[in-house]
Amino acid sequence: MKKYSFYLVTLLGSVLFLSGCGDQNGNASSNGALASNNAEKVYVAPGEHDEFYAFMSGGYSGNVTVYGLPSGRMFKEIPVFSQFPTNGYGYSEETKPMLETSFGFIPNDDSHHPDISQTNGELDGRWLFINGNNTPRIARIDLKTFETAEIIEVPNSAGNHSSSYITENSEYVVAGTRFSVPIPQRDMPIKDYKGNFKGALSFISVAPETGHMDIKFQLIMPGFNYDLSHPGRGKSHGWFFFTTYNTEEANSLLEVNASQNDKDFIAAVNWKKIEEYVENGGGTMVPANYTHNLYSDETHSATSTMKKEVLTVDPTKVPGAVFFMPTPKSPHGVDVNPTGDYIIGNGKLSADLTVFSFDKMIAAIDGKKYDGEAYGLPILKFEDVLAGQVKSGGLGPLHTEFDGKGNAYTTFFISSEVVKWKVGTWEVIDRKPTFYSVGHCMIPGGNSAKPFGKYLISLNKITKDRYLPTGPELEHSAQLYDITGDKMELIYDFPTHGEPHYAAAIPASILAPKSQKIYKLAENEHPFATKSVSDARVVRDGNVVHVYMAMIRSHFTPDNIEGIKVGDKVYFHITNHEQDFDVPHGFMMIGATNSGLLIMPGQTKTTVWEPKQEGVWPFYCTDFCSALHQEMQGYVRVSPASSNIDLSWSLGE
Amino acid sequence: MMKIVIRSAAIIFSLLLTACGGKEEKKKDDFNINREKTKTEKPAETASTTSAVPASKRIDLENKGVGPVTSVTLTPDIDQALAKKGEEVYTQMCLACHKTDKKFIGPAPTGILKRRSPEWVMNMILNPEVMIKEDPLAKELMAEFNGAPMANQGLTEDQARSVLEFFRTLE
Repeated sequence: MKKYSFYLVTLLGSVLFLSGCGDQNGNASSNGALASNNAEKVYVAPGEHDEFYAFMSGGYSGNVTVYGLPSGRMFKEIPVFSQFPTNGYGYSEETKPMLETSFGFIPNDDSHHPDISQTNGELDGRWLFINGNNTPRIARIDLKTFETAEIIEVPNSAGNHSSSYITENSEYVVAGTRFSVPIPQRDMPIKDYKGNFKGALSFISVAPETGHMDIKFQLIMPGFNYDLSHPGRGKSHGWFFFTTYNTEEANSLLEVNASQNDKDFIAAVNWKKIEEYVENGGGTMVPANYTHNLYSDETHSATSTMKKEVLTVDPTKVPGAVFFMPTPKSPHGVDVNPTGDYIIGNGKLSADLTVFSFDKMIAAIDGKKYDGEAYGLPILKFEDVLAGQVKSGGLGPLHTEFDGKGNAYTTFFISSEVVKWKVGTWEVIDRKPTFYSVGHCMIPGGNSAKPFGKYLISLNKITKDRYLPTGPELEHSAQLYDITGDKMELIYDFPTHGEPHYAAAIPASILAPKSQKIYKLAENEHPFATKSVSDARVVRDGNVVHVYMAMIRSHFTPDNIEGIKVGDKVYFHITNHEQDFDVPHGFMMIGATNSGLLIMPGQTKTTVWEPKQEGVWPFYCTDFCSALHQEMQGYVRVSPASSNIDLSWSLGE
Repeated sequence: MMKIVIRSAAIIFSLLLTACGGKEEKKKDDFNINREKTKTEKPAETASTTSAVPASKRIDLENKGVGPVTSVTLTPDIDQALAKKGEEVYTQMCLACHKTDKKFIGPAPTGILKRRSPEWVMNMILNPEVMIKEDPLAKELMAEFNGAPMANQGLTEDQARSVLEFFRTLE
């Protein structure tokens, strides 16, 4: 029947096509004749692989989800800033330190903008960076393991929104504050905001070999809101651009009070100049409190270190380092084209896009043609730096991506559309609706010198009628456009988890061959690893009990444990002895108050159980691992606190 | 009712007897069906019907198995250094399922080279997924050992060779 309808559609389609009643341009309409064509474009047959990995920020989930393009299939959710009971991240003893901050243990966040590491302006696929917006943090995800490898907290920051963008050789991942705050934080009246609050723009160095992050310096800027940012590249490499809003420095009812100025600014920061300044001893080291959390694939454990100072830079002390470019109507996104010639500012309340020329900016700076100053920082003349305006006719422009073929694609939130325009002539070439209220769009490699201009994803805020209704709560929607032709074609949409703000995508051919399949048991340096079953044991130290346990299809060693008492604190350190791809084992213990574990081949993970009741309590493997998975279970006997039963453990005796 | 009273008394009595150690409870196995595997039961459809000797006991020194290893030359004397290395690998990678001297999840390797060719042993270590599908002995062994397929522990050929040398020490 299905096949029959398919033929019917094809037949009908070709009839329509031949009779010329369809779209005269020969483009697919959103339904009808060529819909089956679109289906072929997104169809990835069973056993075949997608062409791209797409990493979607999770928004208020605090995580990252991994999708295949063009299929829209979700492969994985990578826990980053949030506890994740699925595999025990943030619950296991090894990963709890990843979520430590100066505010204590924070098991959630709001993740916004992922960016993939680059070498010479091209995606190198080593790491993915993403910001935690609420408790300011930057995370580094290792794209070999698809696990969060490092999280650094950003002090003097609040609403870490203009983050986490990468310079063209991954020299820095940049984190800018959205909210200005007192620096250092102190008890003061909110109404005294103006002139007293400051905005920190943090340049976090990335070690070339290891990827380890360290805050090189913080630029302490006037108390505006720093909304988004992007690096210069090519000729503009060495500069970084930040949008600002609320240059009014309002502290209440910003909806009205921060929309008073006709123009806010794009801040152009010459970070190379500041880097030189700090390397020559410039800047002021100030006390601070922020965590640096690092995970090791060797010990399978994270450590959290509290850092106590940070280098701050007063931009007025570094002449020629920071300039403001006036940008109309509360700019949101700021994007740089692949050659680095143009900086595109999108005023949220504007219909037009403002494009600045990097060459003109340099000429204006060289000619010292200023239009005043803000807190001692020069403001360039709008007309002097303007390259052109895109008169789009849309409403509410937010973000722009590039296809590497001289075209730019800008999302419009209010008018729910993507507008394609030509870089250099500023003419609008095409526009297509989105469903609905699009935020960011993303082209694989779109934020680099070498985009892969085949697909564009629009990341929409409103889903409404696109899918079957599932109550008040709906997943957001992503839509896939084929951008290989002159006109964009909407070919697919699919739900996304949390609220994906921005996304980053990379050809699968760069990542897949490097993907880690197992951890080598012989290289496991976890201090509580059980690397041979002959070392499996149970050790008591007061009321703390360490269970050194091993697991392999389909048993635990040991699986009978006696001598545990009510009031004990029992650490299960479990090592997965499998050395084969895709054979994790799970562990759950009845009455355990934190999550279960999912342990990868060769890995050790630890969970704590505090038995409250006497009895004989089972544990089992939660991941269907073999035909005898149901047999993969064990018992712990719990005796009264006063009992004098010796510890004992066994398997198969 | 009377029965319950007697039983309770018995339990209390037995508790009294063991009162000083851990609480031992009387084993109450009221199962009357013969739960042992019957002699006539075929281990699996694929098993050889001609042989009454289980695969684990059968001697077949000709079969080289299926996998990357086609020829192994054993030195006249055991290479003790290699065997020592093999023991380390075995302890980490194999011991969870194979005790050296008695049947566990899988068969014990003691005396294995009296029953199997060295090539067969190495192929079983290096290529278990294919062996349990294509090698008649491996297929029968899996049936004999409770249907638990051998895991591929990702050993290198050198590591497998060292494990083989270790097996030579297990007489």
